[in-house]
Amino acid sequence: MQISGAQMVIESLIAEDVSVVFGYPGGAIMNVYDEIYKQSGFQHVLARHEQAAIHAAEGYSKTTGKVGVAMITSGPGFTNAVTGLADAYMDSIPMVVISGQVPMSLIGTDAFQEIDAVGISRPCTKHNYLVTDAADLPRILKEAFYIASTGRPGPVHVDIPKDVTAQIAEYKYPETVELETYKPNVKGNLRQIKKAVDAIAASSRPMFYLGGGIINANAAEEVRELVKMCNIPAVETFMARGTLRVDDTNLVSMLGMHGSYAANMSMSETDLMIAIGARFDDRVTGKLSEFAKHAKVIHIDIDPASISKLVPADFPIVGDVKNVVNEMLPLAKEKVDGERYASWRETVANFDKLHPLTYEDSDDVLKPQWVIERIGELLGDDANITTDVGQHQMWAAQFYPFTRPRQFTSSGGLGTMGFGFPAALGVKRGDPERISINITGDGSILMNIQELMTAVEYKLPVINVILNNKYLGMVRQWQTMFYDKRHSSTDISLQPDFVMLAESFGGVGYRVKTKEEFDAALKDAIEKNVVALIDVTVNRLENVLPMVPAGGSLFNMMLEYKDK
Amino acid sequence: MAQERRVISVIVMNEASVLSRIVGLFSGRGYNIDSLTVAPIPGSKYSRITIVTQGSIRVIEQIIKQLHKLIPVLKVYEHEHLVEKEMALVKFPVTECLSDIAALCGAYNGQIVNVGEDTIIVNVADEPHRVSNFLKAIKRFHPKEIVRSGVVAMEM
Ligand SMILES: Cc1ncc(C[n+]2csc(CCOP(=O)(O)OP(=O)(O)O)c2C)c(N)n1
Ligand SMILES: [Mg+2]
Repeated sequence: MQISGAQMVIESLIAEDVSVVFGYPGGAIMNVYDEIYKQSGFQHVLARHEQAAIHAAEGYSKTTGKVGVAMITSGPGFTNAVTGLADAYMDSIPMVVISGQVPMSLIGTDAFQEIDAVGISRPCTKHNYLVTDAADLPRILKEAFYIASTGRPGPVHVDIPKDVTAQIAEYKYPETVELETYKPNVKGNLRQIKKAVDAIAASSRPMFYLGGGIINANAAEEVRELVKMCNIPAVETFMARGTLRVDDTNLVSMLGMHGSYAANMSMSETDLMIAIGARFDDRVTGKLSEFAKHAKVIHIDIDPASISKLVPADFPIVGDVKNVVNEMLPLAKEKVDGERYASWRETVANFDKLHPLTYEDSDDVLKPQWVIERIGELLGDDANITTDVGQHQMWAAQFYPFTRPRQFTSSGGLGTMGFGFPAALGVKRGDPERISINITGDGSILMNIQELMTAVEYKLPVINVILNNKYLGMVRQWQTMFYDKRHSSTDISLQPDFVMLAESFGGVGYRVKTKEEFDAALKDAIEKNVVALIDVTVNRLENVLPMVPAGGSLFNMMLEYKDK
Repeated sequence: MAQERRVISVIVMNEASVLSRIVGLFSGRGYNIDSLTVAPIPGSKYSRITIVTQGSIRVIEQIIKQLHKLIPVLKVYEHEHLVEKEMALVKFPVTECLSDIAALCGAYNGQIVNVGEDTIIVNVADEPHRVSNFLKAIKRFHPKEIVRSGVVAMEM
């Protein structure tokens, strides 16, 4: 079939079973947008900023497990999208991002809206392509989807010059991918797996350290089974929230900088860490030399470069987490006796009794933690949660009662303010039956507020709960604690009227100062099924606790902060 | 941690941006490149890149893993027993003692390769540390220009 490069893009996306593309048009990508106009194979959602288009595709991918697709134009369209690419790269989200480029004859001439897009995207994508011949397009797009979704997932960027989208060439979408140089290793080494299970059986204070890779690998079911079978306590990273159910007796909450006392103490005392799909981020480990100092380390990960990168593994197992855990299950059943760890479980439970993850509620002012707990009580499993970045994000991870993988979508690796709302649009588009709640801050929400228009236009009724402390709260917290309360440029009490703001876009706004008002607003927004901003006034100077100061050891937590 | 010098060979697809991926990886992650040579492997669609680098064992291990992760990388060898060679070109004023220079070149597998009105050019090809020695030894002949090729290596 002889068709244009632009038509090939459409045909390939349909062949990949893409049902939605988030994007924003412009000169260099117009040939493709012309074909989008003519087709009916997938929906195009016009975001109101390219960064938001990428975050929406990330949210869609996160909730569905499918490859997220976004489309943008050259120059400023592409540079606007870079934050999204970097975000997806850091959190290993499978994405294909297609950008227009100036015609090949103009590349290198500083043409209008020309920028070296593949040069910029190289360090923040898993792979990228500059397409120089339409005949290569089907193969490249096939490879792009394959690379994005296999091995350690990640974003792939395909840059297509305008003349290539106009060029007519032979189209046949390849059935298979032949990449001699890319063969992701999915099967774990069985000998090594056996040794690891033996080590578990011989240990006395073992600890599961569960990471986001489990969710990427769709392996939460298997991991739940393994944890249950071994009856070994487990901590989750921020990215792994929802791997275990909140009521799983072996779950010891989140670890790390804002992890619970029990999670951080048990990681400090364990004699065998079983790391699954986790990458020892510095926000997790604190001071590396003190991290799980007494522990032997089993490390299961699809990415060999993650293993022994920061903490040397005694039992490195490279492979797909789902595959490896499936191999472990029968071995564990035979060899591991949960009884053995009874006193260790008691020790861990005592840590939790000593300093449970909690906060002091108040009758005078709404506490942000209460708001999150309340959403959890009212909606629980029925809601998908996204967040922005800051204190509210940490409270959401600490206090929301997660019950399933892919319920929680947040920017972990890059920590991108402005992520939450557009990501929630993608989540709602991918999982329309569930309620989509974006827990956000008064700073973050303004970083992609224009997406109110997208949400209203495409009837994606996301409920934004703004935990409004009139501060860039997380930065303010550090200034309070470590900079002698010099709150430099973090007081943002000058604010728009969020109710009027929502309404001017055709959404609904609520102002909330009490518990009753909050319940009423949430209920109303859900009943009306509208795009909503709930502006919740919360205690201004609340701090996220416990806290391991940056670079400190996990066992040296600040459990409370007394104002001097 | 102790710094080690390592020679790493990377076999890559012969395609447009592959070198920038490799170099970008080194600069982005703060790894050293002492020297780097690239040339197509005859009769194949691959090129060989030879990189001389320094780092602790941990860093070297990461470099190799990160190189493996790049999509167009076919193989990465970290050499244990290898033959290493490097070439250097040096330009001298003809007024220097040419017979001494020629004799020195001879000791390092070299020769005079060009004679001009004012200058001569010599080349030597030897193990990298010997090339360094040669370059020290010829200092007193006031070399006007020195070009080193970077290392190529082959497993024994
Ligand atoms: C794009 C971006 N810029 C700056 C930061 C640094 N930063 C991290 S948290 C934060 C404050 C966020 O304020 P807000 O959204 O109100 O959330 P709060 O901490 O008050 O809950 C800032 C500025 C960031 N993470 N992302
Ligand atoms: Mg705030």
